[in-house]
Amino acid sequence: MLEKMIIGRYIPGNSIVHRMDPRSKLLFVFLFIIAVFLANNVASYAVLLGFTVFVIALARIRPYFLVNGLKPVIFLIAFTLLLHLFFTREGAILFEWKFIKIYEEGLRMGIFISIRFLVLVLITTILTLTTSPISITDGLETLLNPFKKLKLPVHELALMMSISLRFIPTLMDETDKILKAQLARGSDLSTGSIKERVQAVIPLLVPLFVSAFKRAEDLAVAMEVRGYRGGEGRTRFRQLSWQTRDTGVLIAFVILVAVLAWVRK
Amino acid sequence: MDISLQQVGYLYAKDSPFEKRALQNVTAAIPSGSYTSIIGHTGSGKSTLLLHLNGLLKPSEGVVKIGDTMITSQTKGKQLKDIRHRVGIVFQFPEHQLFEETVEKDIMFGPLNFGVPKEIARDRAHELVKLLGLPEDVLQKSPFELSGGQMRRVAIAGVLAFKPSILVLDEPTAGLDPRGRKEIMELFHRLHETENLTTILVTHSMEDAARYSDRILVMHEGTSVMEGPPEEIFEQEEQLHSYRLGIPRSVHFQRKVENMIGQRFGRIALTEEMLAQELSVAIERKGERPC
Repeated sequence: MLEKMIIGRYIPGNSIVHRMDPRSKLLFVFLFIIAVFLANNVASYAVLLGFTVFVIALARIRPYFLVNGLKPVIFLIAFTLLLHLFFTREGAILFEWKFIKIYEEGLRMGIFISIRFLVLVLITTILTLTTSPISITDGLETLLNPFKKLKLPVHELALMMSISLRFIPTLMDETDKILKAQLARGSDLSTGSIKERVQAVIPLLVPLFVSAFKRAEDLAVAMEVRGYRGGEGRTRFRQLSWQTRDTGVLIAFVILVAVLAWVRK
Repeated sequence: MDISLQQVGYLYAKDSPFEKRALQNVTAAIPSGSYTSIIGHTGSGKSTLLLHLNGLLKPSEGVVKIGDTMITSQTKGKQLKDIRHRVGIVFQFPEHQLFEETVEKDIMFGPLNFGVPKEIARDRAHELVKLLGLPEDVLQKSPFELSGGQMRRVAIAGVLAFKPSILVLDEPTAGLDPRGRKEIMELFHRLHETENLTTILVTHSMEDAARYSDRILVMHEGTSVMEGPPEEIFEQEEQLHSYRLGIPRSVHFQRKVENMIGQRFGRIALTEEMLAQELSVAIERKGERPC
């Protein structure tokens, strides 16, 4: 189940969407989320959906893969659709059976909200699927730079983000090792009552926390001896470069908004 | 308890795009009561093999037989608990497994899991602390207050406490100072003799393998390639070299001296003590023969 979840995963590739600057992608996703709320009739939702499919095609992501990975989200979308179907009571009655009444407005709203939800999830998933966590962090740091004037610790936030991402696999390995050691000492995680199972997690968590703190300390020392002194005057190894295609993304967005404004009621 | 491995193979993340072969066609026999060293270059599959010895991994192919229990890919989890009681594994850096409030409780964790009564488990904790050369007041301390070397000993006690009849050691002395290394290795050797254990040592140290073990298993690229007593294995320097392994320092020195005097020693000097003996024999022989 967890292996198939693709929300937040990165899949390396070489499509035009992969090669875009993370700044333009982040900016686009942010603006797109706002623009989605412009849609209010069949034509405008069709435009949104069409545009999203176009982006998926550009990113060369197999549709089957997306559908499979987003199964849990699709369940959620179906649930919202049902809620709208049964609880909106406006417009003509389309269907009536005993106490169940489905109204025209309910069906319409349900479908619209579901499409809105689906489009949002798809676009953000494409962002994380095509952008490595490190470049997302880099892009975010540059984009948030103006907020430094407001005393927002932008560099520190970005550093925290990249360190946590960096240590996820390390901690996974560590958990696996500790788990094996405790299993070898007769610890049993898969049988017994709920209380027993919860208790069996303690021998796993305590060593994990101890080692995570130790790692954090070691990392701090290692950074300090190499002269780390915060973001002030720090240059970068990975330079972000704004290309024509990135300007193109923003132009595409303007066109999208113009079309939406034209077709909406 | 005898251990036998028959054409054991193992694949990590089987049936996924990340599938990776770690073991292939490993066949070996480890007789009851023997002290077997497993040697091999980094990535040769030693650690994966070791996880098969108490069912932490089940073989993808072939059979692992421990005593009269067979472990195959079909074996269910429940049968493995008994195996884990009989086979104790001291992992690399075992101090990472400590978690209890006191050393005493941590040592008792294993025995209590395997159904040993509390009183007996506590007695064992007290005995083991003494056996491992730790001060008695350590029992009521938190394991996290101890020094690295002491933590290592407590963790080892935590495995010995459930009295396994097969003891598997994965580089138990990595990161210790030379004196600590020697003490721990000597302790395992003593336990092997007095408790009549079957010991399996995974090591990078040819010296330890030569000194303590009576059998050696050589692993290379996931396959078992050589098996035999250390006297035979370390004769085959060239072949070991092709597996990117060396020979013990004492044997290396012996070969040099033999080349110098143009004469072979009577036997292979697996330890420094044996080397000293052979050298004194050689010197005496030379003295008898005036040049």
